[in-house]
Amino acid sequence: MNSDLVQKISYHLLRLITYAIVVSVGYILFDIIRHGLPVINWEFLTDFPRRSGSEGGILPAILGTVYLTIGTIAVALPLGVGCAIYLSEYADQNRFSELIRLAIITLAGVPSIVYGLFGLGLFVIFCQFGTSILAGSLTLACMVLPIIIVASEESLRAVPRGFREASLALGATKWETIRTNVLPYSISGIITGSILAIGRAAGETAPILLTVAAFFLPKLPNSIFDQVMALPYHLYILATQHPEAEKVLPLQYGTALVLLMLVLGMNLGAIILRIHFRKKYKW
Amino acid sequence: MRMDKFMRMLLVSTASISILIVALIFLFLGKEAFPFGFDPGLGKLFDTKWIPVSFQEERFGIYPLVAGSSLVTLLAMLISIPLSVVGAIYIAEVAQPVEREILKPFIEILASIPSVVLGFFGLVVLAPLVKNVFGLSSGLNALTAALLLALMALPTIITISEDALASVPKSFKQASLSLGASDLQTIFRVTVPAALPGIIAAIMLGIGRVIGETMAVLMVSGNSAIISFFPLDSVRTMTATIAAEMGEVPFGSHHYQALFWIGIVLLLVTFVLNILSRLVLKKYGMAQ
Repeated sequence: MNSDLVQKISYHLLRLITYAIVVSVGYILFDIIRHGLPVINWEFLTDFPRRSGSEGGILPAILGTVYLTIGTIAVALPLGVGCAIYLSEYADQNRFSELIRLAIITLAGVPSIVYGLFGLGLFVIFCQFGTSILAGSLTLACMVLPIIIVASEESLRAVPRGFREASLALGATKWETIRTNVLPYSISGIITGSILAIGRAAGETAPILLTVAAFFLPKLPNSIFDQVMALPYHLYILATQHPEAEKVLPLQYGTALVLLMLVLGMNLGAIILRIHFRKKYKW
Repeated sequence: MRMDKFMRMLLVSTASISILIVALIFLFLGKEAFPFGFDPGLGKLFDTKWIPVSFQEERFGIYPLVAGSSLVTLLAMLISIPLSVVGAIYIAEVAQPVEREILKPFIEILASIPSVVLGFFGLVVLAPLVKNVFGLSSGLNALTAALLLALMALPTIITISEDALASVPKSFKQASLSLGASDLQTIFRVTVPAALPGIIAAIMLGIGRVIGETMAVLMVSGNSAIISFFPLDSVRTMTATIAAEMGEVPFGSHHYQALFWIGIVLLLVTFVLNILSRLVLKKYGMAQ
């Protein structure tokens, strides 16, 4: 057989399979948007759930997720950026930095349910925070730490050497150099990493299952030691534990769409920001 | 200068925190699981029945759960590996630059869909489909779970395989082409074999992702703790067992400790897969 023809057919086959993946992702998004969109209105977003989630809105779940992500990022951002600065600006190739990298790789691979067990053992029981926003945020912070470190370190390393040398040559100390000549130019990568981390934290269910989430709690938390509802957990409960799961299907779709929009919005934002900054700083 | 020293100390300590967290994960999983080793003894875990709540004899055999995780993972990989490797080859070697810029964000979007949303989709769309196609009484089984997991492993395998393919030196391809090989021959006889270690590492990371996945599996696998290797049987994985039962166990009970042991098994398996694949990527210079 003609080898050009073989190549053509093979390329089309490869293309077909790749596009099949894209189409299946597209179909999932389409299905959730199609069924979820009619459910979403002002009342759904701003009302409390009634009759154990059969009616009403999802306000406490939305706010719960917002509180959790704020808590997560408040803990993970300073730690992650600090670690990234150390790795890119201070660390030599030695045992210590190797160990840190190994730890980051390990953290990135730990299954989310294991983070849940860890959070339960350390924060809920040992630190006696109870099932609370605090315990959940700390657990999620451990989980997203590698995302922030990797993104921040990459953008710190992208800042040209000359920027540092010029500053040092003018007599600035190392930290002054980092603060004034390196950090400002890597802020984009740090923000991108943080947004990705927020998206991940907002969508995860397994870690909060054991550390924060309330089954049905139609009120808002008073302190960081309270339980909250959260969007992913609410969806899980409505879809699998609700006595009339079939009946509340529209509410499930609505919740799924709100969660999806939140997470995809974050990721899209990160992608756009990355492109924007790539154009702005060219060196 | 004092500020400088202070900042250095501060940064060293924040950097150490990731090491501390890893140590704490091992420590606290071990701490909660530990007492099980004395009473009723570790041997209890090596059993063929998982009946943690019983009026007669409680049994904590993790074999059915390991079998469940293995079956689901194996099926998911059978589906995911060919699709994702082909996808990576297409994106890295065949696609036009513009096409590539559109395909890659799509893969990123797939990676970012929360697992509970995929589980929900599996529950309301995929499970009824599987049920009708095979004429079953319920669509909640190992195959449905594997289909979802295959989808979740795709981005991991595609992204890392694509990096591996892209890191194959241009000179390899040029040499092959100049000897008269066609583009297609070059891809499958030169580029893919050269990137193979990276692709294998990508697959290992994909397996790690699939074994550790919880919510989607919990929602669609049917959750019966039986030892079966038939794809249309309902199965229960290690992750789903922890997620489903941890909420209801009395603190410190044998059941509670057994669940922590399952967590330790999961942690060790993913840890080993992760480290091995990173070593491979590093050795062949294919890390991102």
